[in-house]
Amino acid sequence: MSIRSSLLPAGTPLAAFGMIVLNESRIARRLPLGLLVGVVLPTVLLVIIGSVRHDRQHLQALGGLTTFNVYVPVFLAMVIAALAFYGLPIPLAIYRDQGVLRHLAVTPVPPAWVLAAQLVLNVAFAGIELIFLLVVAMVGFGVATPKSADGLVLALCVSIAGVFAIGLWVSAIARPRTVGILAAACFFPLMFFAGLFFPRAEMPRALLDVSNLTPLGAAVQAIQSAMLSGFPSITPLLVLPAYAVIFSVLAVRFFRWE
Amino acid sequence: MAFLATSADGWAIDVLHLRKGYGDTVAVDDVSFSVAEGEIFGILGPNGAGKTTILECALGLRRPDSGSIRVMGFDPGEDRERLHPIVGAQLQAGALPGLLRVGEILGLYKSFYRQPADVAELVRVLGLAGKLKNLYMSLSGGQKQRLSVALALIGRPKIALLDEMTTGLDPQVRRDTWDLIEDVRDRGATIVLVTHNMEEAERLCDRVALIDRGRIVALGSPARVAERAGTSQRVQFVPSGPFGDRLLTGLPEVKRVERHGRHVAVSGSGDLVSVLILALASAGLTARDVQVESATLEDAFVLLTGRHLDDGGG
Repeated sequence: MSIRSSLLPAGTPLAAFGMIVLNESRIARRLPLGLLVGVVLPTVLLVIIGSVRHDRQHLQALGGLTTFNVYVPVFLAMVIAALAFYGLPIPLAIYRDQGVLRHLAVTPVPPAWVLAAQLVLNVAFAGIELIFLLVVAMVGFGVATPKSADGLVLALCVSIAGVFAIGLWVSAIARPRTVGILAAACFFPLMFFAGLFFPRAEMPRALLDVSNLTPLGAAVQAIQSAMLSGFPSITPLLVLPAYAVIFSVLAVRFFRWE
Repeated sequence: MAFLATSADGWAIDVLHLRKGYGDTVAVDDVSFSVAEGEIFGILGPNGAGKTTILECALGLRRPDSGSIRVMGFDPGEDRERLHPIVGAQLQAGALPGLLRVGEILGLYKSFYRQPADVAELVRVLGLAGKLKNLYMSLSGGQKQRLSVALALIGRPKIALLDEMTTGLDPQVRRDTWDLIEDVRDRGATIVLVTHNMEEAERLCDRVALIDRGRIVALGSPARVAERAGTSQRVQFVPSGPFGDRLLTGLPEVKRVERHGRHVAVSGSGDLVSVLILALASAGLTARDVQVESATLEDAFVLLTGRHLDDGGG
């Protein structure tokens, strides 16, 4: 089966894709867990950091950055990672377990469309949640407007593409029994490299070089420069699309109906 | 030929030396049969006989270990995207998202096909018209079953594969569903039914394959398969007094004598009733409550395999 015919089979009306997205959004509206977790968790963390630490001071240890300068990009990356590693795979793993995918497997709908519909939905969530978090940070905590708005939009888009592709691959292979483990095995190490537990500004050079090559490290690198200094450097803008391409292909290749 | 939607030789399904095992268990063992276009074909057998595995191979959900299977001229494993627009399938282990309403699910599945069926008509016949606003998770087992039959037929399939479609339905809905299936066939579709309901097979099927332990034990029209087992009749009666089986088993017309409490059931051929009455009279006995049945698929199955169709396991 060629990639083309597995993505766009001649016999299936394209309107079916719209219907899949519509019905997935109905389910998300009836049980808006992903949206709530994605909005609430980073906001709560932002509030905690804002009230506990001397957030507005420029700290020597952070290379002259404020805590907010450091953590807002990390939280933006965390929103993307939470949707990619939890929001995307969990509904699909449940569908696979209940036999929903088995039911779809004998229709003309290609498996990639089921993945793609979840992708569309979670990208929409990401858009809403990222804007919400930025507004809270700027209005509520006085974080400065980004130096390069274009750069920030681009940084967030390539971050979503790269990280979501990995989430798709997790979705393609995870079962309900393993999805939690697999999601955590991606989320926490990658969030470490993003600087959640240990700010990137304090990382030794070698660790920072590794971090820049990880999806969430690259995401924070690009987001942070767009917010503080200007248009992001080329490295993260190449690293993240590379992840997007590699893991999308793996996701479609290894998708399991059962 | 693979781009044609119908097979070149008039067979909707062509199975040749199909074999499929899971680990050490052989689920399907050297099965061969063909289903003609426009036929209603039954696959009968007890649970675990390999019926569902055959269906799953025909849908491309499983790959045969060896042998070949063609559906409407396509190899189901290779040509999924050309086969699935013309196939409707109802599977036992399928489910739907619990948080969608029945009407939403029908609309969703309808959008998968270029020339969908009349949904309002399907819903009416299957008795789901009052349930369109209900969430899938709130449906009873029978309602879910009826919805899955509707979804199997919603794309106006050229061939429909239905796995235990009337299990758990009440008798009236079951008969309505049979009418619906005949209607779909009359519009030109081929139907393959997996069932262990004898009445269903005898009422609907042009031909049946009896499957036991992964093998076909008989194949043909229901009447022919029943005859093949050598029992064309079964007579049941209550004798006026006790007698030994030998009185009857010695007769050339009698194949088998069974006792169920006071009742005696005799299977055989020829002018069975007269022969029995004469034999009883010679022993000074008469027969009450005489019932005569023609041979059934159930009898055939018991004779061929020594087991009943609704036996579990196996």
